[in-house]
Amino acid sequence: MSIEARIADEQPETFKFSAENEKEIKRIVAKYPKGRQASAVMPLLDLAQRQHDNWIPMKAIELIARKLDMAEIRVLEVATFYTMFNLKPVGKYFLQACTTTPCWLRGSDEMMRCIKDRYAIASGETSECGRFSLLEVECLGACVNAPILQVNDDFYEDLDYASTAALLDSLEADAPLPVGSVMGRSGSEATSGATSLATLKPKQSGVANA
Amino acid sequence: MLKDADRIFTNIYGWGDAGLTGARKRGDWSNTAKLIKLGHDEIVERIKASGLRGRGGAGFPTGLKWSFMPKEVKDRPHYLVVNADESEPGTCKDRDIIRHEPHKLLEGCVVAGFAMRAHAAYIYIRGEFVNEARRLQAAIDEAYDAGLLGKNAAKSGWDFDIYLHRGAGAYICGEETALLESLEGKKGQPRLKPPFPAGVGLYGCPTTVNNVESIAVAPTILRRGADWFAGLGKENNTGTKLFCISGHVNNPCNVEEEMGIPLRELLEKHAGGVRGGWDNLLAVIPGGSSTPLMPRDVCNDMTMDFDALRAAGTGLGTAGVIVMDRNTDIVKAIARLSYFYKHESCGQCTPCREGTGWMWRMMERLVRGEAESHEIDTLEQVTRQIEGHTICALGDAAAWPIQGLIKHFRPEIERRIAARHSADAVNAAE
Repeated sequence: MSIEARIADEQPETFKFSAENEKEIKRIVAKYPKGRQASAVMPLLDLAQRQHDNWIPMKAIELIARKLDMAEIRVLEVATFYTMFNLKPVGKYFLQACTTTPCWLRGSDEMMRCIKDRYAIASGETSECGRFSLLEVECLGACVNAPILQVNDDFYEDLDYASTAALLDSLEADAPLPVGSVMGRSGSEATSGATSLATLKPKQSGVANA
Repeated sequence: MLKDADRIFTNIYGWGDAGLTGARKRGDWSNTAKLIKLGHDEIVERIKASGLRGRGGAGFPTGLKWSFMPKEVKDRPHYLVVNADESEPGTCKDRDIIRHEPHKLLEGCVVAGFAMRAHAAYIYIRGEFVNEARRLQAAIDEAYDAGLLGKNAAKSGWDFDIYLHRGAGAYICGEETALLESLEGKKGQPRLKPPFPAGVGLYGCPTTVNNVESIAVAPTILRRGADWFAGLGKENNTGTKLFCISGHVNNPCNVEEEMGIPLRELLEKHAGGVRGGWDNLLAVIPGGSSTPLMPRDVCNDMTMDFDALRAAGTGLGTAGVIVMDRNTDIVKAIARLSYFYKHESCGQCTPCREGTGWMWRMMERLVRGEAESHEIDTLEQVTRQIEGHTICALGDAAAWPIQGLIKHFRPEIERRIAARHSADAVNAAE
């Protein structure tokens, strides 16, 4: 996709970090040695995106460049290289569906079909109501719990058509299902019960670390 | 089967407390200062003696890698960088270490960092692992509060800091020099080697980049002894390993097992076996998407270790085992991986930038049989022209799955081409 197509046509006039985020920026920049503040560019882009409804306006890119003493083009280059930076608006619920081979083998087509049946959107599009955006993404790194749908920050795992529908219902009601495996796995133990570590399992299954 | 007593990651399923209290109960941080007292070089020697090979895919001996760091710190500080940019399709083990055993990783950073005379570690975690990063940051904060990090870390006399850095969606940053570029605030495009990171790494300083699992097992190896670790597995392929079993098995799971476990035993004991039984197996990708697939006849007697898999023309890689049963459209399964590599090519080297797209388009035609038989040879030749002709191994990783497909499933590709031709002939006659 061309750079122009990735950047929103309508841009806000200004962008300012919140006071809280200004403090956070100081804390982030301090992680890196003196003179190496450019290392903070990805965390700052992330911060801007979180503050600004999940997308980064050009004014934020200019501001970050000034703050980190970088050329604007270097910041834009980073913002366009990494897929997680959105340079145009996305819906309140940003659905990132993994369809790479391990998820595909476990039925990611069904998960995608469910989303498309409901919102009639293709990858890169936003639903008519404006609340749901879909992006087909590459391996999310949770293959044993495939297929995976990432909703904003959270992974939903072990999905099929019906559980994807239930998840979407919950999002529409703004009452998202608990994050993680929809089958109730605490991690990546076998669905039939773990085949190892049974001798070490606490008597009462410990706090679910979801 | 490996005994629970010999398992390193005893909370890998997240049943217990992932925090410091739970970690201490499992033995983490119990005598870190004593481990540090062994001295820089003795730690490296013991890791060497354990036979630990890097768990990120390449299988390079970990102790040897550490020994490449300069023996004296001169004008430039040393760095440990932990590669937590887990994104090789089929692989999801580091995620579980981070969310359920974060203190093993943190203690490992202190010990490994000390061994290479570093006072700081950066952990680079993939951006999509937002919740995992929060967990890890919480563990780091907890460790600082308990005096296990910072000045005189764990009362060892060694100052050590750990910083977490989040990526933002780029598979290529799992390549160590791309990771360093990214950490410096640039696009993740791999660097030419030499110079190697041990000489010129992060910010131009001596740096070692290790996988999460390699670092997280180090304290346990030192505690229980190199002999214990070396006594597990096979010669030159020692110890235990986290296997990720995905795809067409009855119960996909992660499990820590002994290196060299027979593939069939691994699948049947832990993953409930292949869907529809062993005879229903079509092929296995043994070590993450870049390792060439093996058809069932190769799988029958295969053991899961670096050397056996290498001898079979594939590799252990990350031990991300992707299982495919006989209902799988095998050409499509590999074509989807070709799309993955096309999407993830950083665009720096021409053979990879242009070649991954070309190979993917060709693979899409093969899925539908829209090709001539001789084009299979052309595709094979192109994979050879990409492999080994790029700065990093992404070009190789894109070429290998296709080479494996052609090697083992050429008749299936030809069958589709023939079927397409006869369908076209019928259409033309009508």
